[in-house]
Amino acid sequence: MVERINPTAPALELRGIDKRFGSVHANRAISFSVARGSIHGLIGENGAGKSTLMNIVYGFHRADAGEILVKGRRVDIHAPHDAIAAGIGMVHQHFMLVENFTVLENVVLGVERGALLAGSLAHARAELEKLARDYGLEVPLDAVISELPVGVQQRVEILKALYRGAEILILDEPTAVLTPQEADALFKMLGRLRTEGKSVILVTHKLREIMAVTDRVTVMRQGAVVGEVATRDTSPRELAEKMVGRAVLLRVEKAPARPGDALLRVSNLEVRDRFGVARVKGVSFDLRAGEIVGVAGVSGNGQTELLEALAGIRWPTRGAIELGGRDLVREHLDPHARRTLGLAHVPEDRLRLGVVMSFSAEDNAILGYHDGPAYHRGPLLDRTAIRGACEQKMAAHDVRPALPAQRISAFSGGNQQKLVLAREIDVDPRVLIVGQPTRGVDIGAIEFIHKKLIALRDAGKALLIVSVELEEILGLADRILVMNGGEIVGEVARAEATEEKLGLMMAGVKEAHA
Amino acid sequence: MSATATKLPRWAELALLPAVNLLAALLLSGVVVKILGESPWAACRLLLGGAFGSQDGLGYTLYYATNFMFTGLAVAVAYHAGLFNIGGEGQAYVGGLGVGLVGLWLGHLPFLVVMPLAILAGAAFGAAWAFIPAWLQARRGSHIVITTIMFNFIAAALMTYLLVNVLIKPGQQSPETREFGPGAAMPAAHELLARIGITFAPSPLNFAFFLALAAAALVWVLVWRTRWGYALRVAGQNQAAAVYAGISPPRIIVQAMLLSGALAGCFGLNELLGSQHRILVDFPGGAGFVGIAVALMGRNHPAGIFLAAVLFGALAQGGSQLSFDMPKINRDTVVVIQGLVILFCGALENVFRGPLAALFRRKEAA
Repeated sequence: MVERINPTAPALELRGIDKRFGSVHANRAISFSVARGSIHGLIGENGAGKSTLMNIVYGFHRADAGEILVKGRRVDIHAPHDAIAAGIGMVHQHFMLVENFTVLENVVLGVERGALLAGSLAHARAELEKLARDYGLEVPLDAVISELPVGVQQRVEILKALYRGAEILILDEPTAVLTPQEADALFKMLGRLRTEGKSVILVTHKLREIMAVTDRVTVMRQGAVVGEVATRDTSPRELAEKMVGRAVLLRVEKAPARPGDALLRVSNLEVRDRFGVARVKGVSFDLRAGEIVGVAGVSGNGQTELLEALAGIRWPTRGAIELGGRDLVREHLDPHARRTLGLAHVPEDRLRLGVVMSFSAEDNAILGYHDGPAYHRGPLLDRTAIRGACEQKMAAHDVRPALPAQRISAFSGGNQQKLVLAREIDVDPRVLIVGQPTRGVDIGAIEFIHKKLIALRDAGKALLIVSVELEEILGLADRILVMNGGEIVGEVARAEATEEKLGLMMAGVKEAHA
Repeated sequence: MSATATKLPRWAELALLPAVNLLAALLLSGVVVKILGESPWAACRLLLGGAFGSQDGLGYTLYYATNFMFTGLAVAVAYHAGLFNIGGEGQAYVGGLGVGLVGLWLGHLPFLVVMPLAILAGAAFGAAWAFIPAWLQARRGSHIVITTIMFNFIAAALMTYLLVNVLIKPGQQSPETREFGPGAAMPAAHELLARIGITFAPSPLNFAFFLALAAAALVWVLVWRTRWGYALRVAGQNQAAAVYAGISPPRIIVQAMLLSGALAGCFGLNELLGSQHRILVDFPGGAGFVGIAVALMGRNHPAGIFLAAVLFGALAQGGSQLSFDMPKINRDTVVVIQGLVILFCGALENVFRGPLAALFRRKEAA
């Protein structure tokens, strides 16, 4: 029964993997292989089937058909522990760490030897020190996870996989939470793993990363592989077209901004979290009509709190937010009152704030505006009007499928976001604040959303856009504020901004205002 | 692992799954009956016959169902606001005090005057009893499950005190009030039917049954067709999204619990004005807790609650018939059967979901 391990066989080979969820054909006869000692990119839009495929490889789902070979030998993967036994490790986008455990405890978790911890911990310590030396993965073993920066937490996840004997490492959107510099450090580390003979599968939608580190790249669209190429033989444009199935604009085209009067004036704003720690420290800026101001920063540096304070979800401890001559803070106006004053908000965390997942699309399309006169007849909701309004929004914003009664959870991320954006734009706001306009949104929809935002700017609205995607900030903003540690550490005009310059400021290196 | 793996078609979700759960509970009950040395088949026939086989049996079934509708609706309204109101028992008890006080003090007035006042008083007392846990949850974050359970005990203690020391009919030992005045009696169903020329066997079924149906309709309109209901459901499904939308979750918590308590408080309309005609110790008799099972089984929808309430009404009525006719089966065995139904329809609700979903997937793939 034991097949001989073929030394030249690929590290991982998938043959004809097929998977359906009800009527959705998530993976269609997918075959590709990952060479030993290589970094293999897997790209595709949301819903292309990348995650399903990786979840099959890691044992979260079972394929309906097809086989998985590791080093030329067929393996049956029913659950993650089978995958781990076969030498496959996965680093999820959302880390699977116990926040109040130390690094060492997290690494040992689930692979303790015997009933007493001391032995396993000592063994793990020795092993991890060796791994750290071999791969340049230094982490403080006794530090508590919650005290570590995300970049280091991610390293812990990688160590966890290596400690379990992973030869093949799957990374799912690993740079979503990193600064460009941290991402570069990660890539350097991946390069080192490659030279040591490990194989890496990098799942991402960022073309820049694919171009920077991978050896080969597999492109998926609608559940099928639509291309596999050596990275050096391709270009971002070609990859993007393969992903979307048509030509796409990677750069947003726009005319120069013509800023008018300040519509929103934020002065000396301070926001504290529930532990009393200041998250936004004395932030001041103006938002003028007809301009897009981008807020750049590594996530967790106060952008979320700033957005939520502006929207009225969090109450600042100090400072003022002026809109149309009124101080939203002093008058204690709630999100609803702010909407009536013309302040619309597309929230950063769509799933948590922007939609109610168990509701239909049409019910989500009135969230926050449900008290509006258009949606009522007497005390009762006017279901006809609500459906009509939703149909209109779906048509105008290309939301697919155009089914108002369908649950929002059945829509793709891009279409959910288009509907949220439609809801906030259609009321003709004076000021629109947008958090992560295209998080979890596919390339085709990104282009559409960016065009809408610029059209809004050209119509004389004031826009504030917070994004962790520097490319997005650089593409959209006319003026860029950089946040670090809750402060605005610099303001840069678009013309003078480069990714490197912003990256340094995001890391906290203060610079004279340009 | 994923949500899609256990998704069922809507009709199966609403009808098939509860039916399968119910069947499983009855099969296991059959085993229990068999072990006790009786025929499960005969027991089943007695149970169903007792519940639906005669006019007075049916009357009793619907009379119990009326109780469970009030308490089930109370649970459902709170559920849609994301709250688990375990306090239906206490709210029904204290609500009954309100109903009973109207019956005691104003029972000499005509029924058409007494009824609206009794409804108001029951709702107000029930709502007031729910208000304190609601306020504690909304403003202090005290968990409503814990506080409503505690308030059940406080209600029981308070009512016992009042019945033993204050409201007791002078010159007797049992802690009960005197009978309500004649204007405080809900018209019985058989009397109402007799007026339109239909003879129906006497039973405690009364006009409160229609009040419960009206309450169900009201809950449906409020929750699914008004902006308040919209806000309620947003807050119940996603508090963060509610805040984002300018809906205040603490306000919704208090409002939803007031309505929930008011519905539970109307319990006394059926039990006291319809049947007992006085306040006595522990008159809710666990109906507040059955309401939880009813709401769960009825998927927190008024139509489902109606069906589930009839089911539990049938179990209560058919069960007492069963224990009456089968000597080896006593009241406690009937409680076991009810417990099994609650276990399978409530706690083990999703046991058959996976296999059923697999069945549907196979059918779809074929």
